Amino acid sequence: MTTVASTRPVPAPARPAAADRRPSASEGRAGLLLSGPFLLVYVVFVIGPLLVGAVVSFFNTTTVKNGLGAWVGLSNYTRVCGDPLFWQAMWHSVLFTLFTTPPLVLLALLFAVLAARIRRARVFYRIAFFAPYVVPSSVVALIFLWMYTPQVGLVPKVFDAVGLPVPDFIGSTSGGWTAVTLMTLWWTFGFNFVLYTAAIQDVPGDVYEAAALDGATPWQQIRFITIPLLARTTSLVVILQIVASLKVFDQIYLLLSGGPNQSTRPVIEYIYDTGFTSYRGGYGAAATLIYFAVIVAISAAWYGLRRWRASRAAA
Amino acid sequence: MTTVTTSSPARRAESGARPRTADAGTLFNRLCATCLTLFALIWLVPFVWALVTSLRPDGSITQHPTSLFAGGWSLHAYRYAWDNYPIGSWYLNSLVISGLSVVLTVVLCSMAAFALAYLRFRGRTAAMALVTAGLMLPSEALVLPQFIEYRSLHLLGTYWALVLPSAVAPVSVFVFHAFFRGIPRPLIEAARIDGASWWRVYATVAMPICRPAVATVGILTFITSWNAFLWPLLVLNQTKSQTVPVGLASLVSPSNIQYAEVMASSVLGFLPLVAVFLVFQRQIVQGVATTGIR
Repeated sequence: MTTVASTRPVPAPARPAAADRRPSASEGRAGLLLSGPFLLVYVVFVIGPLLVGAVVSFFNTTTVKNGLGAWVGLSNYTRVCGDPLFWQAMWHSVLFTLFTTPPLVLLALLFAVLAARIRRARVFYRIAFFAPYVVPSSVVALIFLWMYTPQVGLVPKVFDAVGLPVPDFIGSTSGGWTAVTLMTLWWTFGFNFVLYTAAIQDVPGDVYEAAALDGATPWQQIRFITIPLLARTTSLVVILQIVASLKVFDQIYLLLSGGPNQSTRPVIEYIYDTGFTSYRGGYGAAATLIYFAVIVAISAAWYGLRRWRASRAAA
Repeated sequence: MTTVTTSSPARRAESGARPRTADAGTLFNRLCATCLTLFALIWLVPFVWALVTSLRPDGSITQHPTSLFAGGWSLHAYRYAWDNYPIGSWYLNSLVISGLSVVLTVVLCSMAAFALAYLRFRGRTAAMALVTAGLMLPSEALVLPQFIEYRSLHLLGTYWALVLPSAVAPVSVFVFHAFFRGIPRPLIEAARIDGASWWRVYATVAMPICRPAVATVGILTFITSWNAFLWPLLVLNQTKSQTVPVGLASLVSPSNIQYAEVMASSVLGFLPLVAVFLVFQRQIVQGVATTGIR
C-alpha cells in the first residue's frame, strides 16, 4: 500500500529519464494527441467555470436567460461584501467546520490507533466505519431524519434513556447543529479513519519492539511513538477536513433546508439561493469568487507552510 | 494490509520477557477491542434501523417505535415505494451517467497520464501545473458559474453535463501517472525499438500492466459520480431524468410520515452501493487511502 504521504498535492513532475535527449517530432506529436482530449475537456468544463465566473461577476447577468447583461463594474463585489446575510452564511460554514473538524480528526486518530493494536476483526471495523461513506447524502439524510423524529425516533429515545435533555433536532438552531454534526460524523468518519489506518501501517513494527523491550507501556508507545510519527498525516487529515467542511451543503440543505430562519444556511446554499431563487447570476458569481478565494487561500497557506517546514527540516 | 500490525504486545506476551507489562498490554488490548467493537456496532445501527423500519407496517412503527417485532414484518413498503416513485428510471439514469463517467475517465485520464509520464511535448510543464492546481481547486464551489456556462452551451438537462466534468478528475490522472512511473523504463524503450508507435506502447504495453490502477480509478469514479448531489440537482430538473440521490432527496421532509415507505426507498438507495462496497472493499479503501480524495 502506498503511503498517505504520496497524496501530497504536488509530487514535482520528475524529468523523463533521458533529459538531455532532444524530443523527436513524433514524440511531441504523440504527447499532444494523447493528452489533448483530456486537456480540452478539462480546460473547457472544469477551468472554464472559473473564468466564466470571473467575467460574469462584473455584469448583472441573470441565470434565467442567455447573455451577459450590463456591465456593472465592481458593484457586485461591494454589495456582496456589504450583505450581512453573506457573512452570516460564511460564518455558518465556519461554524460547521469548527463543530465537525475536532471530533472527526480526534476520533479517527483514536479509533485507528486502537484498531491497529487488534489483530482480529480488522475487516469488520473497516466495513463498519467506512460503509456509510459510500452511501449518497440524501439516503443518509432520509435515515437520520427518521431517527431524529420527535417521540418515535431512535435518537430522542436514546437521549431520553441516558437522561439527556432532548433537543428539537429539526426545529431549533442548536438542535439543528447537533443533528447535522452527528449525521456528518457518522457519514464521513470512515474517510479519516482509513487515512490514519493506512499511515499507521507504514510505521515499522520494530520501533514498537524496541520500545516494548525498553519497558514502554502501551499508552507510552501510543503517546511517544505512534502519535508523533503520525504528525504529517494529521496535518493532511486536518486540511482535507477543513476544506471539505467549508464546502458543506448536502447535509444542511437536506436535513434543515438551512433553517430555521436561515440560521444554519451555509455559504454554498446562500450562493444557490441567489442564483436559483432570485436568479442573480452576476451577484452569485461575485459571492462564489470571494468564497473560492478563501478556500484556495487556506489550502495554499497550508501547502506553503508544509513546504517551508520540509525545506527547513532538509536544511 | 494485515501484515505490519502483528504488533509487539502480543508477541511480547508469548516471549514472556516482561510478564508484568505483558499482562498490562493484553489487558489494554482487550479493552481496545471491546471499545472499538462497541463503536463499530453503533456505526451499523442506522443501517439496521432503516432496514427494520422498512419491513414494518406504519401503524405499529408509531405505536411501538422500539419493539421491533410488533405488528409483524412485510415487504409491502417496498412495493409501495417502487410503484409510487420512479425508482427504476432513477436507477437507469444513475447507471448510465456513472458508467459513461467511468469509461471516459479511464480513457482520457490514462492517456493524459501516459503522455505526462513518458513523453516530452510542447506545453507539458503547463499541463502538469494545470492538473496539479486542479487537485486543490474546490470545483464544487463553482456550481453557479458552471451552471451559467453549461446553459449557454445548451448542455443543461443532458447526461453530458454530468459526465464531462466528472470524467476529467485530476486525481485520476495522478493515480495513473504514479502507476506508469512505476513501470520499468527499459520495457517501454524495448517496445519502441521494436518499432511500436507510442499509441501501441500505451495500449498494448502500459495499459495491461496498470490494470489495478484502472480498477481503483474505475470504482472510485463510479461511487463519486453515483453519489454526486448538488450538480445533478441543478442540471436535471425533470423528475424522470433524475439520479438516485437527487430523486430520493425529494422524499426528505419532516412531514413525510410514511416511515416504512421512506425507509424502504432509502434501503433501495443504499443497498447497491453497500453491495459494491462489500465486494470491492479492499480496493476501495486502498484507493481512498492512496489518493485522499473526497
